[in-house]
Amino acid sequence: MKYEAVIGLEVHAQLLTGSKLFCGCSTRFGSEPNTQVCHICLGMPGVLPVLNKKAVKFAVKMSLAVHCRINPRSIFARKNYFYPDLPKGYQVSQYTEPLSEHGHLEIDIDGGRKRIGITRIHMEEDAGKLLHGEGIEDSNFSFVDLNRTGVPLIEIVSEPDMRTSDEAVAYLKALRDILVYLEICDGNMEEGSFRCDANVSIRPMGADKLGTKAELKNMNSFKYIKEAIDYEIQRQIDLVESGGNVVQETRLFDSSKGVTAPMRSKEEAHDYRYFPEPDLLPLNVGAELVEEARSTLPELPEAKRQRFIIDYSIPAYDAGVLTATKELADYYEEVVKATGEPKVSSNWVMGELLRLLKEDGKNVGDCAVKPASIAELIGMIKKGAISGKMAKEVFGEMYRTGNPPAGIVKARGMTQISDESELAGIIDKVIESNPESVDRYRAGNVQLFGFFVGETMKATKGQANPQAVNKILKEKLGG
Amino acid sequence: MDLTSLTIHGLSDKLKKKETTSVEVTKAFLKRMEEVEKKVHAFITVTADEALKRAAEADGRIAKGEGVTPLTGVPIAVKDIFCTKGVKTTCASRILDNFVPPYDSTVVRKLKEAGTVILGKNNMDEFAMGSSTENSAFSPTYNPWALDRVPGGSSGGSAASVAASECVASVGTDTGGSIRQPASCCGVVGIKPTYGRVSRFGMIAFASSLDQAGPFTKDVTDSAIMLNAIAGWDPSDSTSIKAEVPDYRTFLTAEVNGLKIGIPKEYFIEGMDKEVEDSVKEALEVLKKAGATLVPVTLPHTEYAVGVYYLVATAEASSNLARYDGVKYGLRVSETGGLLDMYKKTRDEGFGGEVKRRIMLGTYSLSAGYYDAYYKKASQVRTLIKNDFDAAFRSCDVIATPTAPTAAFKLGERVEDPLTMYLSDIFTISCNLAGIPGMSLPCGFTKDGLPIGLQILGRTLDEGTVLKTAYAYEQATEWHKRRPKL
Repeated sequence: MKYEAVIGLEVHAQLLTGSKLFCGCSTRFGSEPNTQVCHICLGMPGVLPVLNKKAVKFAVKMSLAVHCRINPRSIFARKNYFYPDLPKGYQVSQYTEPLSEHGHLEIDIDGGRKRIGITRIHMEEDAGKLLHGEGIEDSNFSFVDLNRTGVPLIEIVSEPDMRTSDEAVAYLKALRDILVYLEICDGNMEEGSFRCDANVSIRPMGADKLGTKAELKNMNSFKYIKEAIDYEIQRQIDLVESGGNVVQETRLFDSSKGVTAPMRSKEEAHDYRYFPEPDLLPLNVGAELVEEARSTLPELPEAKRQRFIIDYSIPAYDAGVLTATKELADYYEEVVKATGEPKVSSNWVMGELLRLLKEDGKNVGDCAVKPASIAELIGMIKKGAISGKMAKEVFGEMYRTGNPPAGIVKARGMTQISDESELAGIIDKVIESNPESVDRYRAGNVQLFGFFVGETMKATKGQANPQAVNKILKEKLGG
Repeated sequence: MDLTSLTIHGLSDKLKKKETTSVEVTKAFLKRMEEVEKKVHAFITVTADEALKRAAEADGRIAKGEGVTPLTGVPIAVKDIFCTKGVKTTCASRILDNFVPPYDSTVVRKLKEAGTVILGKNNMDEFAMGSSTENSAFSPTYNPWALDRVPGGSSGGSAASVAASECVASVGTDTGGSIRQPASCCGVVGIKPTYGRVSRFGMIAFASSLDQAGPFTKDVTDSAIMLNAIAGWDPSDSTSIKAEVPDYRTFLTAEVNGLKIGIPKEYFIEGMDKEVEDSVKEALEVLKKAGATLVPVTLPHTEYAVGVYYLVATAEASSNLARYDGVKYGLRVSETGGLLDMYKKTRDEGFGGEVKRRIMLGTYSLSAGYYDAYYKKASQVRTLIKNDFDAAFRSCDVIATPTAPTAAFKLGERVEDPLTMYLSDIFTISCNLAGIPGMSLPCGFTKDGLPIGLQILGRTLDEGTVLKTAYAYEQATEWHKRRPKL
């Protein structure tokens, strides 16, 4: 029997506010344990939460960016469970009445477009972290770091609209791009500021009814997410094929073995005893706040991609690569603005620049080459001042030093010879010293044309303008 | 002249006229405590040194005439539910036996800013759960009018300390009657303001949507003075109300001509204590003579109030008390059994029986499959109770009832019978569910010499009219001048 997988994703994104969701503590990552805490986020007796307005604005922005309907009134709720990283014994989240609902996102898959539904976006506070026996002599102890406690998160819940791990990853990438574009989340998966849980089930191809799902956790890269989902789909198919039943449970992905293993079953699942948080009033998001958020929305990756394809007449592939981050897209646009040559600019930015950045594991923001310098380089090629090959060499130095191309070309004496009378003289000598080859060429061996080009280049130490060389050679050889 | 018998306004006059000093008064109260505290047990912690230091500071300010308020130099006490920076705050629970907060509750901060001298922290029912102060983990408090009787609860220590003249005034909290019922039992004045009128920040939570702080005083004028000091919006409490606070003393005119007092038939029922009924009815006649009109009103959902309360309050409490887990502060019973074992042992040894009972009730009513039938339904009925009051206040300005169905009962009498104990609050609970202000003031004594309380309920944020009514009654009577003999 053929099966199809049904995948829904829950994404937790940490919002880039300076302070926590309910108190003034810093949200900075990587500080000494328990140095960014106060009596409020420590859940000391009698303390009360006060909602961070900036976090609400960020969450509203994301809701608008993925076409969610903002609920004018949403309710914070307490999710109750005991754990040492949860100082109050409950997490303040939203449950029955979330901030926003009914959104969607389009992804590119197999050369087509697919719409993935977004069920809801709600706000919540993060928990702390447990450290087990790290640098501690007595491994019987666990240590609690509450710096992360109370850091604002949004949870973005998708509809079970994805059918393959590739679709899941495409959705996650699109979602992360938007968050980063909005400058409300740094999208860092390793530091946990963009986390994903996946609900995976299978059903016979064509069936309507959903199968029993497993919830996958502990995947902190796109690669692991793909691996975990693929493993889980196959595991469920094997299980059903061999006469077994999928049980509803939470499974952890073990990246070292590439497998998922059960963490807790439905029977052991927590009863979180959600109820409305009595320490906070219902959250009323008025039209004013929504309009303010809407007016500050930047152009989103998808819109930018479409605009690049249409306005710059560049291939969809180029547009996709160039809009992957806002930084890169802005960089590219600056180059285009200066050159008026969208495709050539795209070739340089996508080709040479991204290749070198990738080798160094850097982002365009870390790069020493100014967009104006690339534009200048392109201009020099266009004018015939240097050849494309020379330009690549020049670019290598621009990348290392940050110097503009003109200076590099001058210092290296790399000026291109485009003067036709000068080139004609050189070519005459090449023809004279290779009479045999000239005869064979004239007798019909046209492949030898390349040989003459090579000889000319050798004679000019590569500085000859290739177009001019071609033209003169053809005239002289009478081809 | 016995300085400990004075009211706030009486003492404030003497301090301003330099007839006495705050240090002298504070010493008088500390001496009074030495004499009577062994009989009354109204305090968990006494902060004598700190009090004398603050009294000296207050005297300095009075001498210079700088920043003097009606509370400057006045010795008061606060329930041990209010966090006090650097001073142990236990909530009368073993689980917080060693807890010293690094912050002041907003109420305490405001009282300090007003120049009061805090003498100590009052005894109470553990986590404010109870109606007799017998649920304190440390000791019961004894009613100054009859030491074999309870002072009411949960703010029993706060009420008893004022009645026994161990302080001029005190501050308690009221979740279902915990200010008004002990005020009634101890023959003092107690007011629970509108929910949100006084900040809850730093006040250890029992039931967040019901808890509200308020003063115990010897008369209505003092009540207005204390309320002036503690009321007001607090940016640290999202549920506090952003509304101007009037000067409550301006309502103390004894002018009640034309005032309409609603008498709800549901609060005067068959089988109620005859002495309580007679005293309250007499009090209503006094107000009528003073010019008020008595109008019958109905609060039809009253019979559900106790049920609704014990679902909502316990649900919130079960969550509010989850933080006492031995991990961060307070008691930790640490064995080698690991995390779960630590949780269980810490909470088993740290909490008393009534607290455990309520945590279990609340946990149950929030559980999957029961939420709709219990917590959600209770929240809906709560709205009906609130609507009852809104409707009643269309035909009256305040509502008058007995505060409690009986005068103070004997220690031990209701400990084994939680349901009867819960009924001690039958007349006070609706007020918290509706969020409206309520007050209790002395309106007579039983033949055994036990105080009886008159309850006056008002519209949301209309503490002024409640105080006005109470003041008119107080001006026409002498009950508030009686003091217990200890």
